[in-house]
Amino acid sequence: MGLLSDPNRRRALTKLLTRLNAPICVMCYLAGVAWFMGLAFEPFTLRTYMSENAMGSTMVEERFPAGERALATGREFAAHKKKVGGMPVDWLVKTMQSRGLEVFTQSFTRKLPFPDENKERYMVRGTNVYGILRAPRAPRTEALVLSAPCSEGNNNNQAVGLLLGLAQYFRSQIHWAKDIIFLVNEHDLIGMQAWLEGYHHTNTTGGDWSPLQGRGGSIQAALSLELSSDVITSLDLVLEGLNGQLPNLDLANLFYAFCQKIGVLCTIQGKLQRNDWDTTSGYSHAAQTMMLMVLKQASGRPWGDHGLFLRYHIEAASIRGINSFRQYKTDTTTIGRLLEGMYRKLNNLLERLHQSYFFYLMPSLSRFVSIGYYMPAFGLLAVILLLRALDLWVQLGASPPGTEDGVAGGEQPSSPGVLSILTPVVISHMTGVALYTLPILSQEMAVQHFPVSETEAVVLTAIAIYTAGLALPHNTHRLLQGEGTEEGWRVLKLVALLYLAVLLGCTALINFSLGFILALSLVPIAAFITPHTPKALSAAIMVLLSPGCTLLYCVFLFQELQETPVSLQDGWMLFLSVISQGILDHALYGSLVYPLLALLIYPCWLLLWNILFWK
Amino acid sequence: MAAPLTLLLIVAVTIRAVLFRSSLAELIPERVEVVSPLNAWKRVVEGLALLDLGVSPYAGDVFHETPLIIYFFHFVIDYAEIVFMMADALTAVALYLAVKDYNKTVFRKQKYALEAERYPLDCLELIRTPKEMYYIPLKVAMFYLLNPFTILSCVAKSTCGLNNAVIALFILCTVKGSSLMSAIFLALATYQSIYPLTLFAPALLYLLQRLYIPVNWQRSSFWLFTTQYAFMYLGSLCVMVCLSFFLLSSWDFLSSVYGFILSVPDLTPNIGLFWYFFAEMFEHFRLFFICVFQINVFFYTIPLSIKLKEHPVFLIFMQIAIISIFKSYPTVGDIALYMAFLPAWNHLYRFLRNIFLVSVVLLACSALFPVLWHLWIYAGSANSNFYYAITLLFNVAQILLVSDYFYAYLRREHHLTHGLYLKRKDGSEATLVLK
Repeated sequence: MGLLSDPNRRRALTKLLTRLNAPICVMCYLAGVAWFMGLAFEPFTLRTYMSENAMGSTMVEERFPAGERALATGREFAAHKKKVGGMPVDWLVKTMQSRGLEVFTQSFTRKLPFPDENKERYMVRGTNVYGILRAPRAPRTEALVLSAPCSEGNNNNQAVGLLLGLAQYFRSQIHWAKDIIFLVNEHDLIGMQAWLEGYHHTNTTGGDWSPLQGRGGSIQAALSLELSSDVITSLDLVLEGLNGQLPNLDLANLFYAFCQKIGVLCTIQGKLQRNDWDTTSGYSHAAQTMMLMVLKQASGRPWGDHGLFLRYHIEAASIRGINSFRQYKTDTTTIGRLLEGMYRKLNNLLERLHQSYFFYLMPSLSRFVSIGYYMPAFGLLAVILLLRALDLWVQLGASPPGTEDGVAGGEQPSSPGVLSILTPVVISHMTGVALYTLPILSQEMAVQHFPVSETEAVVLTAIAIYTAGLALPHNTHRLLQGEGTEEGWRVLKLVALLYLAVLLGCTALINFSLGFILALSLVPIAAFITPHTPKALSAAIMVLLSPGCTLLYCVFLFQELQETPVSLQDGWMLFLSVISQGILDHALYGSLVYPLLALLIYPCWLLLWNILFWK
Repeated sequence: MAAPLTLLLIVAVTIRAVLFRSSLAELIPERVEVVSPLNAWKRVVEGLALLDLGVSPYAGDVFHETPLIIYFFHFVIDYAEIVFMMADALTAVALYLAVKDYNKTVFRKQKYALEAERYPLDCLELIRTPKEMYYIPLKVAMFYLLNPFTILSCVAKSTCGLNNAVIALFILCTVKGSSLMSAIFLALATYQSIYPLTLFAPALLYLLQRLYIPVNWQRSSFWLFTTQYAFMYLGSLCVMVCLSFFLLSSWDFLSSVYGFILSVPDLTPNIGLFWYFFAEMFEHFRLFFICVFQINVFFYTIPLSIKLKEHPVFLIFMQIAIISIFKSYPTVGDIALYMAFLPAWNHLYRFLRNIFLVSVVLLACSALFPVLWHLWIYAGSANSNFYYAITLLFNVAQILLVSDYFYAYLRREHHLTHGLYLKRKDGSEATLVLK
């Protein structure tokens, strides 16, 4: 308290902070970036360990024998799928029943707000089939889910085959204390969304589905299986879910532990783990893995069918079989044994997975960075905003001749009208609302007047509104008529800085990656933008660091990290499809990234843009 | 001045009416920051349903309102939205009139002091001018009506709005000098939530000051008035409690309302300090710490009354703030009431030291409450510690805010008697340090 109440020390501190403001800010920024990059360096990270007692010390045996039979079932499934030209519901129901499950179906229809060109769907109609294996050893109050998507073409047939094989095998075992639900969902996430909403009696996004006829207990954990070949070289674990939510780290630990035990190659972000952390290439490998995770998490979309489970407080992950040119192959029996082991351990759970971390980044499957380690990187960036705000506050207070701790300081000159601050704020937010609502509302009109498809219409309208927002400062000033004073922009900037700080802070708590990426690009412009900087240069920098351009860079960076670099042209097309996917994700699953960017971040950036053109 | 106030009222009522019709009206009453077990509308409805069925509303552990409130809503349940909007408007008007009257008194006192040349010469810039004081009442009303906290509280139909109205009327009657009405409203406020009991001291001090009775233990006139006021207060409190008894013909409500407030059995998270402590605490320490926590609310009355006995209205502000920070089930509506007074202390602005820090923290915390709640309850990824950390920070900021105003007020008074530019003995410039 001494610091807060002793005026002399306070004054010294304030003076120090205001005099050294710019260098401190630059230092903080560099330190923040360095800290973040340091997170991938192995000595700074923690080794993963199983925290959950029920899963750690207990021994289970994996004896699943019927890999070949599962593959045969998969081929049969493929044949029926081809014959029906979609989900072979009747065959699945019959097969699941013959394996002794209680089988139910759920049909759903969904009309997308505009056609999805990536997956070529608009009016979606489908059926989910699921069978429940009732727990023989305990009251049926809890359940586990194993799901496999029924995808178009020849994909994932093996996954469905293995699912049915496991169902038959699990049926003959007596260990189960939790219901096990085997789910084959059509139209990937849309089907999953319908099933989950049906299971939990909610309807958050206005889908149309039939109610579920059968139900197990409350779902504790779920795995989604994607398998497209008879043998695989490695299994990839996908964790990122809706809005960047991650399952409890113990689920990843469980997967890793069994891969080690059974001897299956396992990857995360498609990257194997390396042991040469002390070499440059080893470090850059870890950094790439982590950056991929950050980018995926920041996108806020579910990266596998498991992504929607997380919303219901169910720990879930996708396991994806990968078949590359490596010599070492794993057959389906082994994958079956792996899954059996994981389910046996999950079956032992006495309470929900909660012991381990929920906030983490993974530079490799056996290493993780927890919230306490990565938050300082964001904190260092966020503190810049607060320092600048403090500096402005002191400047605002000091503009009437010297306030010596309250004493002295005459009549304040009339402070800038509330109107001159409120107008830009309101107008920016109106632009944000337009960006949020208009693209979908005006697609029909755009299609009538321009030679574009609906999807293009939506994306191009969004980009047009985004660009049109740049012309706003001139109009704002016409409304104000000479209200722009020196003090005016300072107050506006103070508001914008605090607004951005709170906004980024909240975002980083929910989705660290998104918050951090936005902070990386927005903090420098927020910190150093004034009406007195050279206009053309600052404007160029501001546009280059605007949220839209950040998204563009992220697309290129993501492709680069995935080792599938794209040309400028392709990158641009990808950028357009990412925008349309973002809007679709919001409409279909309630992802929050698009509204966050349109309604809050973009207006905030416009405020800063306004300051640059302050007259 | 009536026109701007009317306009303000219309704007405020429009905002509330729009929100009542929007989808937010279902979301807001679920927020723990806005409603507490004491004043949630859901519970009032439940109590009414029980009453209609002929069951005591206090059967079970849901309803904790006073009997008068339930009978009040028994008649106006269909107009609940209008009642809550009117309560807010009434509070604002009462505060407006009270502050206007108070400002007149302050100005008159200042004029006498100036004529008597009681202020040091270099203090002229501390003297308040009619120009700057002109808009203060309007600002007070605006701070109350347009404060997001008040709006949230009103849209949630939290009965906190009614309690605020009662306290505002009490302040108005006190400032106007009507001791009977003041005592009645104070009794009503106490009857509603116990804690306003501590407002007895400032009200008494103010009324004494108004009647030019010095606070002197040896004077019989002092004792006479004190007894008179205490009698009025206790009498009306007694009438209310008895009336409640006759309405329900049982004493159930005492334990269900006051016992519930004082023993804090419901540990639903809120923005206060109680829930986490008592959720974590071993059962056998509970009684002791409940006493400590509850005494904390009442304890500050004595030192503050002694320190601020010349400034009872500021003391009222301090007391309301302390109540809203330390009470067992605080909601944002309580905070809104004391925040409405901040414009009345505009002249202290230059002496405030941490206002920037405090306002940033309050702002950030208000935004973080729903975020951390989401992470804890819905996403399941954070836990109660995250939420409580923000609660703690929020309360620390509030305490800093209040103590900052307290310090600034004392400092201004100090300057008014000793001169603005203090010199040390050796002639160099001195600064005041709070230790």
